[in-house]
Amino acid sequence: MGWQTRECDVLVIGAGGAGLRAAVEASAAGARVTVLSKSLLGKAHTVMAEGGMAASMGHVDDRDNWKVHVTDTLRGGQYLNNWRMAELHAQQAPDRVRELEAWGALFDRTPDGRILQRNFGGHRYPRLAHVGDRTGLEMIRTLQDHGIHQGIDFLMETTVVRLLKDGDRVAGAFAYDRERGRFHVVKAKAIVMATGGIGRAFKVTSNSWEYTGDGHTLALMAGAELVDMEFVQFHPTGMVWPPSVKGILVTEGVRGEGGILKNSEGRRFMFDDIPPLYVDQTADTPEEGWRYVTGDKEARRPPELLTRDHVARKIVKEVKEGRGSPHGGAFLDIAWIKENIKDSETHIKKKLPSMYHQFKELAGVDITKEPMEVGPTTHYVMGGIKVDADTQMSKVPGLFACGECCGGLHGANRLGGNSLSDLLVFGKIAGEAAATYAGQHGEVTIDEGQIGEVETMTLAPMERSGGENPYAIQHELQDVMQDLVGIARVESEMAEALEKIAKLRHRADCVSAPGNREYNPGWHTALDLDHLLMISESVARSALGRRESRGAHSRIDHMDKDEQLGTVNTITRLSGDGSLSTEHVPVMGKTAELESLVKEMG
Amino acid sequence: MPATFRIWRGDDGNCAYEDYRVDVDDGMVVLDVVHKIQAEQAPDLACRWNCKAGKCGSCSAEINGKPKLMCMTRVGDLDLSQPVTIEPMQAFPHIRDLVTDVSWNYRVKEKIKPFKPRQPDAPDGTWRMAQSDVERPQEFRKCIECFLCQDVCHVLRDHHKHDEFIGPRFLVYTAALEMHPLDTEDRVADLKNRDGVGYCNITKCCTKVCPEHITITDNAIIPLKERVVDEFYDPLTRLFRIFKPRKK
Ligand SMILES: Cc1cc2nc3c(=O)[nH]c(=O)nc-3n(C[C@H](O)[C@H](O)[C@H](O)COP(=O)(O)OP(=O)(O)OC[C@H]3O[C@@H](n4cnc5c(N)ncnc54)[C@H](O)[C@@H]3O)c2cc1C
Ligand code: SF4
Ligand code: SF4
Ligand code: FES
Repeated sequence: MGWQTRECDVLVIGAGGAGLRAAVEASAAGARVTVLSKSLLGKAHTVMAEGGMAASMGHVDDRDNWKVHVTDTLRGGQYLNNWRMAELHAQQAPDRVRELEAWGALFDRTPDGRILQRNFGGHRYPRLAHVGDRTGLEMIRTLQDHGIHQGIDFLMETTVVRLLKDGDRVAGAFAYDRERGRFHVVKAKAIVMATGGIGRAFKVTSNSWEYTGDGHTLALMAGAELVDMEFVQFHPTGMVWPPSVKGILVTEGVRGEGGILKNSEGRRFMFDDIPPLYVDQTADTPEEGWRYVTGDKEARRPPELLTRDHVARKIVKEVKEGRGSPHGGAFLDIAWIKENIKDSETHIKKKLPSMYHQFKELAGVDITKEPMEVGPTTHYVMGGIKVDADTQMSKVPGLFACGECCGGLHGANRLGGNSLSDLLVFGKIAGEAAATYAGQHGEVTIDEGQIGEVETMTLAPMERSGGENPYAIQHELQDVMQDLVGIARVESEMAEALEKIAKLRHRADCVSAPGNREYNPGWHTALDLDHLLMISESVARSALGRRESRGAHSRIDHMDKDEQLGTVNTITRLSGDGSLSTEHVPVMGKTAELESLVKEMG
Repeated sequence: MPATFRIWRGDDGNCAYEDYRVDVDDGMVVLDVVHKIQAEQAPDLACRWNCKAGKCGSCSAEINGKPKLMCMTRVGDLDLSQPVTIEPMQAFPHIRDLVTDVSWNYRVKEKIKPFKPRQPDAPDGTWRMAQSDVERPQEFRKCIECFLCQDVCHVLRDHHKHDEFIGPRFLVYTAALEMHPLDTEDRVADLKNRDGVGYCNITKCCTKVCPEHITITDNAIIPLKERVVDEFYDPLTRLFRIFKPRKK
């Protein structure tokens, strides 16, 4: 049946915040841009982000500036971040947010008419620009509505199966469209990966079907390296009941607005254990915590707003020790603010409208009156494609990455709100650098043999009959990752996980997907397995090698931090025989200036 | 508990209902049932979804004839003594099973004049806006582009005026732009001549199905109709406007 070919200067894979921002920038720089995405335009994961985007504009507290932001980000990441990326991010985020306003975004306002900012875990001052609890929607819609007028070529519902190369350089991508199952070869001088995360490797997740780690593994297969894959963020507050909604996110904004965590005994357990790194910044009493969330600049933040890894572990501890909620979580209570606020019902509905609807419609719970039940859910991957901070180019010439599929900015743990600003800052940098690269390098050629091989591989699951059901393998893998490489890890279990993944790998090679090429989700699931299995192995291998607990990675068999490991990142590589290996390398981007800044800011 | 789901299957005009017996529980939503059928009985059953939390607007379908998001429709709220029918949206060309071709919507949007802000208010290039002024357009910007309102509107669904009428979704979109405190573009002539705002006869069916509870008819469409009337039919205002340009 063959394939259709099209050409461009810059191919952007992914139409979330990062991909759209990159495409807009590359196009503004004069490049011919094509964007591919698995879903329809405007449906990427970014649409789901709730709480806000972090930028130190200082509209609510003028003590804030980029220096405070970068130190918060580094502390949150336990200093394993790429320091240069953290610096660029903190410096450029305010301009990127303002730019969205110039493109039509309507953020909530301060009394003097500027962009309002809210509190979030790990951010010292109110820093998150937001629109109620639908900030991601505002962001993606703004970029989409702006982007469609920039002469960009959009191919929706088109999934990339492999990158194609011309010698060392990337040269394009091979993709299929969901609608008809037709194949497309897009030739490009530069490629920007913006494919998002890997949450579908786990059973309980806030992530959609798209999050199968495609960009991570496509880049690996093309010769790039991944960094920090052991760091998977488990968000402390996902829904736990009813079973079918387990994992759906409950925004941190609930705690930012004053929501508190309690166990079955009614105890506010977060006060019981405050990590040393944060003692000075945490409230001593509930009363001080309340003053903080209502804007008292002298007050310190309540312990519910400590970093996500810590809060998630504390909830798990309560549940393990028998003080959980009826469905195995903790209670998150926002209704209690009626003690302090007159018309709390209207206030909650206004500040957290989509949370109100989500609980009302999916769980039959009225959050203005009753507490929610919440527990950890797989949310975000800090690890990703390793790039040069100033250009976002990977080890492979012409291959760039930005957004969640790119590693480095967040280190061992991401602060809430730092992702949306990440998308904008590094989307822009990647788009610009990709356009420059494309301008400086000549045409690519792709040999037909290479394309033919990918085509055969892509069709295989449909041509095979009598094989296993791809969904079964996907579900088994999710169980393995959830149970053995989850929130509390042990050497023996991870070794077991690796064995199981290897067996699943063999079974995945023989799945079959009945039906034809038109919009066939069984076939698509079969093709996703390659990515899911490889990325799962990368997570397990990286986690096995980090014999300490740090940030989002916690090891029951190595509960403490290891000083030496605190100075290195884990790299994943793919070798010619298809096997993955890991190596520790020194933390990147550290400078004397930044180190003294960290000391100075405390 | 056991239940029967009657799903519209097939493509290229070669379609029929197919019944699936599934064991369901109260807490499930219809999208869970579709996934269960996919995983256990019909791996090639086509449907769109992303967020499973009513945020992306991908999973639109007609459940027992009512346009709804599958991920926000709880099984416990349906009458399970009868087969539950799930069909694709009717106002758009069918692709396969529950998936329709919604690309017309994307083409319509491209034609609407984009946002054009006034000069910045402050020397640093930023603007000042009061919360009370952004609230109206913020309501419209809640739209998740599920296109359920387009699906239910009789002008599109029954009269197929896709070439002459942009539908409630894009009237909401235009209203968001027109009522944006910073916008300086004028879309009123387009609304009348190209976008067919006059086709809407205020049945409010769109408002009823909107999962984001946007008051499409009252807050978006009627004010737009008023602007059209003001600009084109009211002789006094027209005369007045010769001397004083329209203000937002
Ligand atoms: C429920 C939820 C709430 C969140 N809230 C916040 C928040 O308040 N603040 C914050 O900062 N962060 C938040 N996050 C995190 C943040 O939303 C994401 O990290 C971010 O949106 C990722 O953006 P992205 O552009 O990298 O990827 P995405 O928006 O996920 O886009 C990925 C794109 O890549 C495409 N793609 C993937 N694979 C392929 C392939 N093989 N071929 C072609 N296309 C492909 C997809 O179709 C999609 O278009 C939240 C996340 C979730 C899940
Ligand atoms: S109110 Fe107007 S736009 Fe809405 S469904 Fe009725 S005719 Fe269509
Ligand atoms: S206005 Fe409402 S019904 Fe129409 S597309 Fe938007 S969210 Fe859906
Ligand atoms: S899956 Fe996103 S709205 Fe239903």
